[in-house]
Amino acid sequence: MIQTLFGSVPQEPTFFEKLQQGIRKTREGLTGKLEDLFAGKKVIDADLLDELEYVLIGADIGVRTTGEILESVKQKLDRKQLKEIDELRAVIREHLLEALRQPERPLPQVKQPPAVVMVIGVNGAGKTTSIGKLAARYKLEGHSVLLAAADTFRAAAIEQLEVWGQRTGCDVIRQKQGADPSAVVYDAIQAAIARKVDYIIVDTAGRLHTKDNLMAELEKITRTTRKLIPDAPHEVLLVLDGTTGQNGLEQAKRFTETAGATGIILTKLDGTAKGGVVVPIARELNLPIRYIGVGEKADDLLPFDATEFIHSIFKN
Amino acid sequence: MFESLSEKLQRVFKDLRGQGKLSSENMEAALKEIRVALLEADVNFKVVKQFIANVREKAMGQDVLTALSPAQQVVKIVRDELTEILGSKHSKLQFASQPPTVVMVVGLQGSGKTTSTAKLARWLLKNSHSPQLVSVDVYRPAAREQLKVLAKQVGAGIYEGEPGMDKPLDLAVRARREAMDRGRDVLLVDTAGRLHIDDALMNELQQLKAQLNPTEILFVADAMTGQDAVKSAAEFHERLGITGVILTKLDGDARGGAALSIKYVTGQPLKFLGVGEKTEALEEFHPDRMAQRILGMGDVLSLIEKVEESIDQKQALEMQDKLLHNEFSLEDFRDQLIQVRKLGPLENILKMIPGMGDQLKGVKVDEKELTRIVAIINSMTPKERRNHMLINGSRRRRIARGSGSSVQEVNQLLKQYGQARKMMRSFSGMMGGPGGMPGGKMARRVQQLAKLGGGKLPF
Ligand SMILES: Nc1nc2c(ncn2[C@@H]2O[C@H](COP(=O)(O)OP(=O)(O)OP(=O)(O)O)[C@@H](O)[C@H]2O)c(=O)[nH]1
Ligand SMILES: Nc1nc2c(ncn2[C@@H]2O[C@H](COP(=O)(O)OP(=O)(O)OP(=O)(O)O)[C@@H](O)[C@H]2O)c(=O)[nH]1
Ligand SMILES: [Mg+2]
Ligand SMILES: [Mg+2]
Repeated sequence: MIQTLFGSVPQEPTFFEKLQQGIRKTREGLTGKLEDLFAGKKVIDADLLDELEYVLIGADIGVRTTGEILESVKQKLDRKQLKEIDELRAVIREHLLEALRQPERPLPQVKQPPAVVMVIGVNGAGKTTSIGKLAARYKLEGHSVLLAAADTFRAAAIEQLEVWGQRTGCDVIRQKQGADPSAVVYDAIQAAIARKVDYIIVDTAGRLHTKDNLMAELEKITRTTRKLIPDAPHEVLLVLDGTTGQNGLEQAKRFTETAGATGIILTKLDGTAKGGVVVPIARELNLPIRYIGVGEKADDLLPFDATEFIHSIFKN
Repeated sequence: MFESLSEKLQRVFKDLRGQGKLSSENMEAALKEIRVALLEADVNFKVVKQFIANVREKAMGQDVLTALSPAQQVVKIVRDELTEILGSKHSKLQFASQPPTVVMVVGLQGSGKTTSTAKLARWLLKNSHSPQLVSVDVYRPAAREQLKVLAKQVGAGIYEGEPGMDKPLDLAVRARREAMDRGRDVLLVDTAGRLHIDDALMNELQQLKAQLNPTEILFVADAMTGQDAVKSAAEFHERLGITGVILTKLDGDARGGAALSIKYVTGQPLKFLGVGEKTEALEEFHPDRMAQRILGMGDVLSLIEKVEESIDQKQALEMQDKLLHNEFSLEDFRDQLIQVRKLGPLENILKMIPGMGDQLKGVKVDEKELTRIVAIINSMTPKERRNHMLINGSRRRRIARGSGSSVQEVNQLLKQYGQARKMMRSFSGMMGGPGGMPGGKMARRVQQLAKLGGGKLPF
């Protein structure tokens, strides 16, 4: 069973197969042989702890969270509560899992379609591509989807979304480049209601979280959706580039404050970056990671799995 | 909340100042803070290690233990070392002796290649070149359309390809021919985003390189990149031999530690910075400024330049004197506001002042407000301006009437002025004196800046 905005539905076998492929791709990847940090180690010594620090910081978990984890490990070592390598592995896993498990928030249930999903984030994070993937996913679940081209700013952003519309068989509501994004969203929601569509996904222009005028534009879009559907947007997905470092925390904070992000899509995990900044994000903001992006194709979007994710941190 | 780096360093250096002389122990404390700061700025773990080792060695070698001002020494060594690694000076774009010069623009997905290509075209046009663009991104939806739109915007020539032409190599070769036919001297090749571990696509770039014999291969990297920057940059460099780096999205608040990591692993110079989405938002790279940014000290240097351009030095020094003697009047306050306004949009100026960033978080600068404040001060008598204590209730009402504002607004202004005085006093204490910033001249400049900072803080 998989969770959707409309409740649980049985998992499509074909889709499941794709997930399997995707997972294989990330796990075995193109990175060559997989080595566990702890493999072949016998004793917990200063060297191993150094290496551990390197692995955690190297995964972009951040120097502070890493420091806290190591501090707790050292305390346990001092109190002799920790001796074996396996125990060490378990302790660290537990720490990370705790941070990532906390924000498992159930999806809001939408009684009356359309469900409005807004997609936001900084420039080039992978919003438009993730929307294509999400649309493909909703379609596979048997839903109808409408896309709203509310990035009216970036050159050829509308055309890019239209290609995704064609690929996934979804209509795209658009206006001219330079049009008011809120007006596009208003149009799109009206169309979605008239056509009795299940999902409407709103593509927004990339914006740096430090730009107040652009952040205010997002608030305006949100207000617009509420004029037509009072409890919209039902999901506000923040797309975070998996290669992002500590700036990701600031991004998540500001997009949550001003645009009410309800979850994260962590993209580009098919590379060598680990995306560990979501650990402090999940901890501080209680913001769940909904999906990960593992490629540029329609089926390269996987539900986030904390255990798998932690696993991948220790693989090089 | 993270403590900002400048706060941290200030704390560390205050501690050092308190101890008078630098010992190897208290230097370790400073280095530890610098390490954390660099890691928070996303400088790669291993690079930080090496960097700290270098600083430690230099600090010891330079006999800092007997130096007069240990704090000055440490700041200077850290900053100089950073600047040195980033490149000793601005690195220019190279041109081929035989046109057209071919520039390949490469990098990870979404880093800003297409936008940077258009920015480069605009920059070249401004510098009397005649660029020819081509997109060989045959993969991402509407990628070629994107460059086409941008080329039109900046007024640069673009080769759009023939219908059905979908091989990067074909597109590039034809574009070069078109450049030659039309006498265009620089061919800018925008390539598709790709992962450094994608063997097939990295191969494609190698083939393009072999065919085009580019003078420049510019690696475009996102300033927000974390620890992984070393891996991708190293791999691109190994496969292609990049000749320079463009660091984008520096208009945000990312500290840009990736700049140091990339420079470190590739040895190739940073050539340009992307500071916005518009095609004019391209700057030349200055290592000293980047060092300041990574250190979190604000872009002091460029602010200094601006200040030098538009502020009367003599007046600034007089102001500093008044500041130190606590004679900062409402008149001075007004003059400062007017001076500051000459520098350009206030928010930009504020951001550049070290230590101001955080104190100003959430503070909005309203230009209209500024005009109103100047009007209120103008409605005061010269006596009142020199001694704000005179301004009682009935005077406040008169001033409000005279300036077309409300009594509350006058009250508000007086409160802001009080805060500004306080702020400036604390700034002059922090920045001035022997333990402050390196070099007397620098200290004086920073003081001026701090003053300006104080001047507009209340808005
Ligand atoms: N390898 C990889 N590439 C991705 C992934 N997601 C997106 N991309 C690529 O990243 C680049 C940017 O993606 P977009 O979807 O255009 O990003 P965006 O956030 O919409 O960008 P703007 O609208 O310009 O802010 C494109 O080249 C995508 O193909 C992913 O999970 N893995
Ligand atoms: N704020 C800001 N945005 C930028 C900057 N440079 C590029 N961008 C934005 O970043 C996003 C991605 O830029 P592109 O030029 O499409 O990136 P790309 O590397 O060509 O992307 P792919 O071709 O998909 O790999 C767009 O939204 C750009 O407007 C910059 O310096 N500052
Ligand atoms: Mg987009
Ligand atoms: Mg591009």
